[in-house]
Amino acid sequence: MSNVPSPAPLNASALTPEGMLSGMRANIRSRKVFDGLFGVVAILALLVSILALVGLFVNLALQGSERIRPEFFLSFPSRNPFEAGILSAWVGSLVVMFVTALVGIPLGIAAGLYLEEYAPKNTVTNFIEINIMNLAGVPSIVYGLMALGLFVYKFQFGQSVLSAGLTLALLTLPIVITATREAIRTIPNAMREAAYALGATRWEVTSHHVLPYSMGGILTGTVIALSRAIGETAPLITIGALTFIAFLPTPPVSTEAPYLSFQWIWDAFTVLPIQMFNWVSRPQEEFQKNAAAAGVILMFMTLAMNGVAIWLRARYRSRVKW
Amino acid sequence: MQFESTTTLETAEPMVTPLHAAPLLRRKRTKESIITMVLFLAAFSSVLVTAGIVGTLLVESLTFFQHIRLVDFFTDTQWTPLFSDPHYGILPLVSGTLVTTCVALAVSIPMGTAIAIFLSEYASKKWRETLKPILELLSAVPTVVYGYFALLFVSPLMQKIFPEMGMFNMLSAGIVMGIMIVPYVGSLSEDAMRAVPISLREGSYAMGSTRLQTALRVVFPSALSGISAAYVLALSRAVGETMIVAVAAGMQPNLTWNPTEPASTLTAYIVQVSLGDVPHGSIGYQTIFAAGLTLFVMTFSFNLVSFWLRRRYRQAY
Repeated sequence: MSNVPSPAPLNASALTPEGMLSGMRANIRSRKVFDGLFGVVAILALLVSILALVGLFVNLALQGSERIRPEFFLSFPSRNPFEAGILSAWVGSLVVMFVTALVGIPLGIAAGLYLEEYAPKNTVTNFIEINIMNLAGVPSIVYGLMALGLFVYKFQFGQSVLSAGLTLALLTLPIVITATREAIRTIPNAMREAAYALGATRWEVTSHHVLPYSMGGILTGTVIALSRAIGETAPLITIGALTFIAFLPTPPVSTEAPYLSFQWIWDAFTVLPIQMFNWVSRPQEEFQKNAAAAGVILMFMTLAMNGVAIWLRARYRSRVKW
Repeated sequence: MQFESTTTLETAEPMVTPLHAAPLLRRKRTKESIITMVLFLAAFSSVLVTAGIVGTLLVESLTFFQHIRLVDFFTDTQWTPLFSDPHYGILPLVSGTLVTTCVALAVSIPMGTAIAIFLSEYASKKWRETLKPILELLSAVPTVVYGYFALLFVSPLMQKIFPEMGMFNMLSAGIVMGIMIVPYVGSLSEDAMRAVPISLREGSYAMGSTRLQTALRVVFPSALSGISAAYVLALSRAVGETMIVAVAAGMQPNLTWNPTEPASTLTAYIVQVSLGDVPHGSIGYQTIFAAGLTLFVMTFSFNLVSFWLRRRYRQAY
């Protein structure tokens, strides 16, 4: 469609006013046709992507719906596809997410606060910023390899909930940091200046003003980070998560002294996406139905978390007007 | 009023003498510097993560390269480290990675670019703000779910077009990976195109251009740095993608450029070895770090190119 406006061919009729007019009309018409045609193609591309998402969900739901029963959530994996369930998988996902959130969120928010509110403009800051950008582009499986070398063997954490939670915390760190920084950046400087003018220290400005005002954006970012972490499979396979776990982690509370136990962070674990991977790579169709059922639950969780994030964003955006 | 305020000031005066304020101020200052230190350490931890990644990959690969010559690593056409006749040529894994990546880019770049142009130049603000989050949900779906989709939905579909193709193939894995990457290309390109000032568009429209002509000849070239950065980022994402290829592309290393064949990728190989019971320190254990280092070097250089593109060709308006 390039070079469309080249003049109509030079024949006798083109030199007459009517000929020139009709040539221009044809030119405009063809350009409008291309314009409209591209619109149609682009809408098709959009539709294909959205249909893929819907089709994916419907396909999973159709395949897996017959397995989604209460027993599916309450039984351990089994050699018998009809008896197999996801009890150890969803409990594993839960405890790993707990460790991830406990480590990753404070660390990410603190790092974001430092870079926006405290960091001097110097080489070290610049280096940290470039470094975080780079970390965001590192494939997740490479984090898994690092965790295998460092957490599992060097620090002797073993193939435990702790190793997994730390790995996912580091993996989501760039997301939390970026979300925190973007949320902080929307706060007008006048708010900080007003607080400083009243004699507040830097931390007082940060903790009394910056942090509360940016909480909406930070919360949105952390929910998105956790939704990413909950679907991560590759790094956890790399650190040696088992695919067949028929027990639950040690309960954190007990009736005997000392009542609280942290033994669970050292326990072996499996998570929902790994359980699904295990089932999908088996040739029997019955196991693949289990995989579909696990997939429905996994997708439902990530989509719900993303929905919550979108809702949070809209809610805070409409409430806060500077 | 004036009188009152002076009295309060006078009564208050002893409390704000430097003698009394000094300990309080000093305490505050210590607390502030401790907090600054803690926050700095949090930010600096990201550097430690990078150091951890690079260090682990280098140390473990170093022991690998003490046994295997670099020449063999780059020229041997077989990758069979766990066989009785081991070969350590990385080429089959790299070829698998590149083929799936190319298929993914062939899907995601045209689709993503068309969507970006549509959202930025055609759609109204309301449509854009509704469609963009929906589109971004595509990249939120767990990749293992995409793997299921590639193996059990797309692959049978593709077998109708290529009847002799097996269940495991790089084509379906690549196509699904492409769909997953569409939001990266679309969203980032759209951001770049929206950053082009409206006056450039107005100039183009004033000359009688259509929306498409404005998009292709004015907006696209002006936003080229951002758009190409988005492409490179998508490339890096495709190279590092793991679960889709691990599920759907088959796991045997295969030096081929034919996307209808099964093959393993760098990432799928790491998964395959990790699933088995590989003792710490064995040669099998070291190979996954060598594959990981290759992967890291590839994605790292793509990310650098993307960073450089954005900085080098950034137009100041």
